[in-house]
Amino acid sequence: MRPEQGTLISRAQAMAALLELLTDQPVIICNGFPSREAHKIADRSTHFYMIGSMGNAPAIALGVALAKPNKQVITFDGDGNVLMGMGTLATVGALKPRNFIHVVFDNEVYGTTGNQPTISNVVPLEKVAKSAGYVNVERVLDRDDLVYEFKDMLKKDGPSMLLIKVNEFVEDAGRVLHDPPDITRRFMKAIEG
Amino acid sequence: MIESDVFVQTMQEMGVNFFTGVPDSILGGIIAELMNRRLYTPAVREDEAVGMAVGAYMAGKTPAVLMQNSGLGTSLNTLVSLNVIYKQPCILIVSWRGQGGKDAPEHLVMGEVMPQLLDTVKIPHRTLTEKTAIEDFRWVAQTFMQQQIPVALFITKGVVKGLHP
Repeated sequence: MRPEQGTLISRAQAMAALLELLTDQPVIICNGFPSREAHKIADRSTHFYMIGSMGNAPAIALGVALAKPNKQVITFDGDGNVLMGMGTLATVGALKPRNFIHVVFDNEVYGTTGNQPTISNVVPLEKVAKSAGYVNVERVLDRDDLVYEFKDMLKKDGPSMLLIKVNEFVEDAGRVLHDPPDITRRFMKAIEG
Repeated sequence: MIESDVFVQTMQEMGVNFFTGVPDSILGGIIAELMNRRLYTPAVREDEAVGMAVGAYMAGKTPAVLMQNSGLGTSLNTLVSLNVIYKQPCILIVSWRGQGGKDAPEHLVMGEVMPQLLDTVKIPHRTLTEKTAIEDFRWVAQTFMQQQIPVALFITKGVVKGLHP
């Protein structure tokens, strides 16, 4: 039994609540189930679905954020992903892009490969982000709090991290159907200008 | 020897307007020049630099990533599971440590296999020389935009002026 399990919503429920609050912001979504779930909940051209390069979602989002300083850029990430690319928390914290929001769905497992435990049950990733220089960080456990905090972060200057503790439930979502080059082209067109 | 400011100026004239990477001594002069021109965004790992370049490219920039060849090992998965399959071009400026077996031990294996490694993963590459520089840059500019994938330009010791000539 994982420490905070039992009181939590699923990642798909959390993601659906966040996507309701987003319109045309670029969203870079990490590999594995998060991309599949986002694709099922709302398939928008502003979504960049990753299928590989684990750990790189915030780096890609950072590149977009630096190149488009007037667009708020969101990344949907996971605990295993953040742990793999933890250096990027430092890069974001040092560069301090104001238009950068890092959402971490923390289920404490590598879900796509069979729920092997990560170490995020003992390493609070939002505290790592805060120490690295993120301006706003919040850790939330339920829907009301995540909606409140995410709305707040959309109004504030970042970089911000919203860490959402979620349960291990996985939505029945198939693979992302678009070919990777089409995902690139569609995303580029959607965030032009 | 190619001056660092000439190298950077040439890249800018090719349209490159987003530079990131992780330093190497051979690239020291180029990075210093990029920092003087406020064009350089430092990364902490080469795969992160490649990821940032991908984001910048999709947001309309033309990116280049600077790294020591050891960084090709670090960023290989990003190059093949992101750039290559998603068709995201990027110029890799890679210093060739361990070339000809003359370097510190940690550079010797990568120094020997680097061209074959990139051949294996189908990333085109070319080695910059002072004599062929104009064709080398032209090849880079044409190849990476036509094929929409990363291309590597190898920089050997002494070809571009470093920090300590």
